Amino acid sequence: MDIMKRHKSVGDWIADIIIIAVMVALSLICVYPILFTLFASFSDAKALLNRTGLLFAPLQPYTVEGYRLAFSNVKLSTSIWNTVIYVIGGTALGTFITGMAAFVLSRKSFLLRGFIMKMITVTMFFSGGIIPLFIIVRGIGIYNTRWAFLLPWIISAYNLIIMRTFFESVPAALEEAAYLDGATDLQIFFRIYIPLSKAIIAVIVMYYGVGWWNSWYQSLVFQPDNKLWPLQMILRETLISNDRSATMDVTSMAEESYTRELVKYCTVIIATVPILVIYPFVQKHFVKGAMIGAVKG
Amino acid sequence: MSAQVKYRKEPFRLRLVRNIRQHPWLYIMILPAVAYFIIFHYLPMYGVVISFQDYHPVRGITKSPWVGLKHFNNFLNGPFFWRLLRNTLSINIGLLLVGFPLPIIFALMLNESRSGPFKKVVQTITYMPHFVSSVVVCGLMVIFCRGDGILTFILSKFGMPQSNLLTYKQYFQPLYIAMNVWQELGWDSIIYFAALAGVDASLYEAAYVDGAGRWRQMWHITLPSILPTIVILLVMRVGNLLSLGWDRIFLLYNDMVMETADVISTYVYRTGMVQMQYSFASAVGLMNSLVNVVLLIGANALSRKFTDSSLW
Repeated sequence: MDIMKRHKSVGDWIADIIIIAVMVALSLICVYPILFTLFASFSDAKALLNRTGLLFAPLQPYTVEGYRLAFSNVKLSTSIWNTVIYVIGGTALGTFITGMAAFVLSRKSFLLRGFIMKMITVTMFFSGGIIPLFIIVRGIGIYNTRWAFLLPWIISAYNLIIMRTFFESVPAALEEAAYLDGATDLQIFFRIYIPLSKAIIAVIVMYYGVGWWNSWYQSLVFQPDNKLWPLQMILRETLISNDRSATMDVTSMAEESYTRELVKYCTVIIATVPILVIYPFVQKHFVKGAMIGAVKG
Repeated sequence: MSAQVKYRKEPFRLRLVRNIRQHPWLYIMILPAVAYFIIFHYLPMYGVVISFQDYHPVRGITKSPWVGLKHFNNFLNGPFFWRLLRNTLSINIGLLLVGFPLPIIFALMLNESRSGPFKKVVQTITYMPHFVSSVVVCGLMVIFCRGDGILTFILSKFGMPQSNLLTYKQYFQPLYIAMNVWQELGWDSIIYFAALAGVDASLYEAAYVDGAGRWRQMWHITLPSILPTIVILLVMRVGNLLSLGWDRIFLLYNDMVMETADVISTYVYRTGMVQMQYSFASAVGLMNSLVNVVLLIGANALSRKFTDSSLW
């Protein structure tokens, strides 16, 4: 665009400088809380306890003691394993069901298309609430199982609509030949739609994946047994409820008071780094998803 | 659309049977999703009938006694109604007033930057907080707001007290709003970047030739171009004015700030799941849902009347 090459006036320069300053400040505000936590997690426990104010590097002597303690906690390792199960299981199952439903709802030949779309859209604006859901979960016998974590939120109507919007844009000409050859709808889904839809599948997998990674309150409501809890629930205990047994199993009280803070920061880093490492590489999928979603409102 | 003449108007049941015969797989493939929505959305919607009962788990929905509007009356005349309504509204309105315009301003400003890589880097960095989990964000908030916390330290330079900020009634809502804005500012702007990317570049060319400066270009071209997007998002936000997820407030609040922190959804959780007053909590939740639907329909109607954009 040649508009960029045009001569800048003084006003333009001032505007540019202000914009850059604001943007840099904003970026720092976004990053610093996590950086602070990272520095704190490698700091000496005693030094950290006696320090108030900003950190620009870990406090010496550097240590990984906090990480050692955090990982030695059985509850944490169980919860990481649970999170892996929930993220992989929930995402795989959810994407599969969503994909099939979105495909069906994009078919003009499906008679109940309009009716089922309406039925799904209504759920985006009106819900029975947590109490009736709790009664249902108990009633169908999945209370206090892993299914109680996954099933009540296995599909998101929003993701379904995004995926359907994408499927509707697939040119009909592609499948006409297949229909003439006698292919079933199932074959068309697997052989034509899935290969064409890698980008949108990536978007939906990301949405579900991050959603499951962040979920916790299903456990609070439906899973009294803490052996089923995901990482986020243990984090909640560690960070907010201040339940000591969540952080450490066998440590003397004196040492505990020093290290408890340190372990908090380490647990945050353990729970945050995986997703922060991945997101710069996958954010373009999210942006794409947000845009498809925006078109449909 | 369907103005064309139908040659044979078959009864629906016959058409359905024929459709199932022709496309059996479609019906099989949609089955899991339909089952999901029936079991986890429509059955709970039916389940709200317990709002009109004295539900007891052992008796179940069928055998629990009907009590009419008792729970609704109890809530409306109860000691917490006004407090809950006030907090839910004021937190939401605060989020709307601060959290809604900021992403727009942010997107417009960054859009003015001429350097592509700079834009990309700023976008990537500001999206980051969105990916941090609620538990971590709230957990860090709790740590940072303690007496020796870093946020307390910074804010004490501006005259705020140097003790646990989350125990002050007057600070809870601003802190909650700030935390949400921190987390979603960048992310909420994505949609505006998408709209901005769609603005016809030749409009700017024409404006430039006509001697319009940067400011006037923004005011007369950029802003009108993204206005429909803004209106739609505003309608959705207004429609959610009385719905506030309970999870984050639940993570942040404590006994000392209930006066300003307790909202309808946290109250539903506490009375329902903790005190096990199932029917009462369900009635409160139902009222909240209904008001939301009314708000959404109202906002949409207003938007359709005064602008060209609407949700439906």
